Amino acid sequence: MASNMSNLTKKLVLSSTTSFCNCNLIHRCWLSTSSNTHYDIVIAGGGLVGTAMACSLGSSELLSEKKILLLEGAPAKPITLKETYSNRVSAINNSSIKLFENIKIWGDIKRHRVQEVKKMQVWDACSGSLITFSDDDLSNPIAFIIENDLILWALGTRLNNVHNISVRYNAKIKDYILPKHSSCDAPQIVLENDEKLSCDLLIGADGVNSKVRSKMETIVERTDYKQMGVVATLSLSDSSNNIVAWQRFLPDGGVVALLPLSDTVSSLVWSTSTSNAKELLNLSEESFVDAVNDAFLKEHPKSPFVEALLRNLRLLPGEDMQIPPSITKVLAGSRAAFPLGNTSVSRYVNSCVALIGDAAHRVHPLAGQGVNIGFGDVQCLTKQVEQAVYQGCHIGRGSHLKEYQSERLRDTWPKMKVIHYMHSLYQTSFTPVVAMRSLGLSLVHSMPLIKKQLMMKANA
Amino acid sequence: MSVSTAVLSNVVRNSLFKLHNRSLAPTLLNANHSSQSSVDPESVKHLEKMASVWWNELGSMKPLHSMNSLRVPFIRDGLFSAGAANHNRKNTAKPLDGLRIVDVGCGGGLLSEPLARLGATVTGIDASLELIDVAKQHAESDLSLRGRLQYIHTLAETLAIEDEEKYDAVVSSEVIEHVQNKTYFIEQCVKLLKPKGSIFLTTVSRTTQSWLAGIIGAEDVLKIVPQGTHQWELFISPPELQAMLEQYGCITKLVHGMFYNPLTNEWRWSCSSSLSYAIHAVKTS
Repeated sequence: MASNMSNLTKKLVLSSTTSFCNCNLIHRCWLSTSSNTHYDIVIAGGGLVGTAMACSLGSSELLSEKKILLLEGAPAKPITLKETYSNRVSAINNSSIKLFENIKIWGDIKRHRVQEVKKMQVWDACSGSLITFSDDDLSNPIAFIIENDLILWALGTRLNNVHNISVRYNAKIKDYILPKHSSCDAPQIVLENDEKLSCDLLIGADGVNSKVRSKMETIVERTDYKQMGVVATLSLSDSSNNIVAWQRFLPDGGVVALLPLSDTVSSLVWSTSTSNAKELLNLSEESFVDAVNDAFLKEHPKSPFVEALLRNLRLLPGEDMQIPPSITKVLAGSRAAFPLGNTSVSRYVNSCVALIGDAAHRVHPLAGQGVNIGFGDVQCLTKQVEQAVYQGCHIGRGSHLKEYQSERLRDTWPKMKVIHYMHSLYQTSFTPVVAMRSLGLSLVHSMPLIKKQLMMKANA
Repeated sequence: MSVSTAVLSNVVRNSLFKLHNRSLAPTLLNANHSSQSSVDPESVKHLEKMASVWWNELGSMKPLHSMNSLRVPFIRDGLFSAGAANHNRKNTAKPLDGLRIVDVGCGGGLLSEPLARLGATVTGIDASLELIDVAKQHAESDLSLRGRLQYIHTLAETLAIEDEEKYDAVVSSEVIEHVQNKTYFIEQCVKLLKPKGSIFLTTVSRTTQSWLAGIIGAEDVLKIVPQGTHQWELFISPPELQAMLEQYGCITKLVHGMFYNPLTNEWRWSCSSSLSYAIHAVKTS
């Protein structure tokens, strides 16, 4: 602060000696900067997406002179990587891996532990119809299962080596004062201790209940799925080449997914009704393991009509169907649950403000897209801020934020709709709907070109 | 025509059409020293309105805002190709650091600000005191511009008396099509340039297409530019402009056509310079 002040004084002395700064101006600029610390960019929220945003901006040569602040509400606590696997994991697609490479954290993550997914099998318990995704001959991974803590650790380590980014933990925000359209004011951040910060660009990465968003003129549409995602870390019965991600749609409207972590350990994400989720959390470890095995393996009565339909069209899965590994144990204390919903937001930007990650869009985990869409925001916003700087534009005003918004809406809106309708489609066991969705799934499965297109879209 | 555009077109006429009415020069000589503390509240209000016209990206000035996506890189890259800018700074936020640029006919400062943000020390001059005040007021809102950007209410020929051969680059964007005595205007602009300095101009060509698009289309039909902003007789074609530049010792490096899409409000480079174009020339002696 002291050095800031002396710099400022120096600047003022300099500018007052030049002919184009009158007294009035000096007085005003002194007032406005003495009570405010000004940053070029402030990122609100130090979660996965917010921290990645900071690293991404900090890794850009063009932005190396920008003063950037990351605000995180939680206290600073170094992440320690444990021997046992964490229960919060993400399926990271190839596009997000590119971001990891660009911000130089992929090496650190890979050196620690990641599990490649080379194949994905998704099937419907009501009909047995299935779809699989893989690269030709299983040579290349289609995604990586990585613990969220590991990504955060790598991002945090990287941040320490970026000179133009400061992080403020325990940052309790009292209010955001956002500029009106076409005004020249800068966004202000008022902290609990009444300290005021200002910036040229405020990035809201503050999650699904974003406070930044609440101050923007934007329409927020929320759907509560009345479901919870139950997560747990599971041990498998036998050590095998664990490279398949499994996902089964259940007759009660739930979706259960098993994501490989190592040859003997997998991670569970089970989306189910809130009441069922609470029951699952309270079961004894043995009963929980039984319930999970049942969810993946139990045969449910199938509609003869749907079976006949698929058989006649030669769309029965037959030998394509693989059986997932059976579970023997749940890691003690690894069970947890979080509520599921869908939130879509009409605008991602205002003058000098942009939303990224869950603050802009929240989706059901059934497609494993949530955090990947957030990392897509990071890549796109970095590109647009760089573009603004390249053209000498003010980074908060000008057309670049709108470019960011339209590019992201084009990408996320269809994905969100597809995920939402997929979820709705599997909420029933009403025969005509089961027949329709089974037919659809099996047809896509039998058309490699369309499947490839789908995978490219999901990876884009 | 709305009130704001009427005000605007008045100002545009006052500032640009009379730009080279030389009889104005003596009254403008003292412009720098005019007192700014005695501004009355009414004129401040008016200024704010003007500022909101010039700096509203979606208002009547939007083509000039979106033109920055072409003209700023054009100037930036031109200064590198002419060898004026330091190649070591090419990938930094301030590639034009250390260069002095004068923006002749800077208006509200739409082009001066980005050039200053790229590191150049920019002097914006305009014949309209009102617009100079708009530009000054807007620049105040961005701390990063402080010390890099000054605006002076003056004409090129007046500045050239004090600042002869002081600038690495002269830019004058969408101005010369409003100037009566173009040869004199170019002479004065070139006078401001250091030897080997670059001059960047963007303007509208004098063709049937530009009459249809620039005057009938933009002013009368689409009304994206206030009526009476342009006079076709004052437009100038690339060869004429090149010849004029050559007359004062400037070799043309590049002429590039520009095309504006009013539906998307986007400019792009075009192989045809029959509508708008940008020109970069370098002073040889």
